[in-house]
Amino acid sequence: MSQIDSNPERKSSDNIYILSALVEDKPGVLFRVTNLFRARNFNIESITVGYSEAADLSRMTITTRSDDRTLDQLVKQLGKLIDVVEVRVLDRANTVYRELALIKMNAQDPTSRAEITNLASVFRGKILDIDKFTLTVEITGTPSKIDAFRNLVSDFGIVQLARTGVSALPRGAV
Amino acid sequence: MKGAEALMRSLEKEGVDFVFGLPGGANLPIYDALVDAKIRHILVRHEQSAAHMADGYARIKRKAGVCFATSGPGATNLITGIATAYADSSPMVAVTGQVPLEMIGKDAFQETDIIGVANPCTKYTFQPRKATEIPETVKKGFYIAESGRPGPVLIDIPKDVQQDSQDIEFPDLIKVRGYNPTIDCDLSTIGKAAELLMAAERPIIMSGGGVILSGAFSELEVLAELLLTPVVTTFKGKGSFPENHSLAMGPIGMHGHAEANKIILEADCILAIGARFSDRSVGRFDEFGKGMSIIHMDIDPAEIGKNKSVDVAIVGDVKSSMKTMIKLLSKKMVKRSAENPWLRRRKELVDYYAESIKDYPRDLTARKVLKKLRQALPSEAIVTTEVGQCQMWTSLHFDVISPGTFFSSTGLGTMGFGFPAAIGAKAAKQDVPVVDIAGDGSFNMSENSLAVSVLENLPVIVILLNNYMLGMVAQWQRTFYNRRYEGVHLHNCPDYTKIADAYGAQGIKVQSLAELDNAIRSALKSNVATVIDIPIDPEEDVYPFVAPGTGLKDMIVGS
Repeated sequence: MSQIDSNPERKSSDNIYILSALVEDKPGVLFRVTNLFRARNFNIESITVGYSEAADLSRMTITTRSDDRTLDQLVKQLGKLIDVVEVRVLDRANTVYRELALIKMNAQDPTSRAEITNLASVFRGKILDIDKFTLTVEITGTPSKIDAFRNLVSDFGIVQLARTGVSALPRGAV
Repeated sequence: MKGAEALMRSLEKEGVDFVFGLPGGANLPIYDALVDAKIRHILVRHEQSAAHMADGYARIKRKAGVCFATSGPGATNLITGIATAYADSSPMVAVTGQVPLEMIGKDAFQETDIIGVANPCTKYTFQPRKATEIPETVKKGFYIAESGRPGPVLIDIPKDVQQDSQDIEFPDLIKVRGYNPTIDCDLSTIGKAAELLMAAERPIIMSGGGVILSGAFSELEVLAELLLTPVVTTFKGKGSFPENHSLAMGPIGMHGHAEANKIILEADCILAIGARFSDRSVGRFDEFGKGMSIIHMDIDPAEIGKNKSVDVAIVGDVKSSMKTMIKLLSKKMVKRSAENPWLRRRKELVDYYAESIKDYPRDLTARKVLKKLRQALPSEAIVTTEVGQCQMWTSLHFDVISPGTFFSSTGLGTMGFGFPAAIGAKAAKQDVPVVDIAGDGSFNMSENSLAVSVLENLPVIVILLNNYMLGMVAQWQRTFYNRRYEGVHLHNCPDYTKIADAYGAQGIKVQSLAELDNAIRSALKSNVATVIDIPIDPEEDVYPFVAPGTGLKDMIVGS
């Protein structure tokens, strides 16, 4: 996931791409899309789906790691699915994208709590839950920002972590 | 009106005259409505054969074939037939019964999630939840199955939806917003392609199944004669071009004609029409097409660049694309001389391999049988095959003269396909002889369709090349596994003439070419199915052979 906006080691021909698709809002559509990825050996880094601007369409944001040729196939094969009304590859320079993460950490002593709270505020995170043993933080941002926070707090001991995957929209007028 | 009656009215509106199927608990209301419908039902003995019959019907009629099955095992039995149609882009509408809505997800008796099972091998699946949805669903189903790149569609109808009585309306127009098949090509791509073809010294046409699906036979002939290009076909494209034409080279591929495999590698520009560059046709993707420009015409944009990067892509119905190209070339092109070096090379290759490839040294060989069959059959006879050696021998030794009279399970390679598909083809066109060129292994898988052929008065001829073996597997074990045979001996069991007899069909065993000639004559006159059992040598291999994972240049011409 971190590769979406950072650049660690990877196969030189592979890139992370963000795809945005408008799909029919009806049962079985998510299954058809994920089944296509599985059947044709395409990679899914993350997939998010929810309501869109239109009442009967959902918006799916898919991030995938692939080379240019595979990406071309992926877009064409997705376009062939009858429930996919529109699919486009987003140009990352002209795209806004965000991910949300919930991270529950060990925080039994006051020092840890204070330190985590400080770090969270630097990352503009929110403390969502706190008890005698743990502290849960919400972080929203680019995947690399979430990676950075995760790395920073890993020494406290991450108890549970949930990331939503990327949601994205192109900038400006459509 | 009940949901099941709405289904029948909808099918009638689509012009359906035959359905192939088998009833069960979850589609009883459909069968009840069938009693009063103007549709002929063909009762099969196994649902897989129903799907193959619908497929065979579709390939000859060039409109969707329809099959029915009940829920659970009935529906799953259809799947091999549906996957076969999907692999060969054959239009089909399969209607399955499902347990009642409130039982779905409760692991009810004969419940299968057939929507989930069928998804990867269908163009689309529907499950109407109200009787009122049925007419629109059927109309959409036929539209999706038959338009664009055709394929199978499954409609799964819960039993209570079949039974529900509602005020039902039938729409005249439907729209599927996420589905817009490209029909008309982009003119500029045609221009670019025409320039490449005109500049080429050694152009070649590779014609695929899309030409048959589009019925673009005369366009292909005109285009080939205009360009004076040799024409090779894929195996699925066999019969898209008359194989006795002076430009014809026959199918390329793993068991393609030697001259076809040879000449395509010498070309400098290839025009692939309605073909998908499958591994069986072109061998290794990375080796194929090196040093030549490739023009790809296809209706499915996803086929462009899937296996092979191309220089010019022309997306659209190949019939309309070819028409446009013919118009453009007729204006622009300087006529070539038929006495050019490229066509001389074509002749040289054809003559060389005609001379150098020897038949297997026996009196009765697959080659001799198929040449004899060709002589005995009228050109308009419809021919299909089972899968394995019998199929590849047909590719090599049986010339299809009249375009569109040949089909086979080329993509999925489904054993047991040919015989029921031949029955379906006979239903589609009852005034011509229909022949299934079979091996004993494949025929064994669907021989119970003899009952259907006899009782429904849809006689077909089975040419059984009987080597008592799963011959193709045995050939691979002989070639690649040092003759370590395992699981390939079928022995002389059953006796196929007795099997034919038991079903009320005609069984004839022949031992010589003269007897074969008589048997075919008798079969053509017979009004019941005829099984002609022809013993051949189990060691007879199919050659030429391009081994899997190698390129066409590595073709082995003989043992």
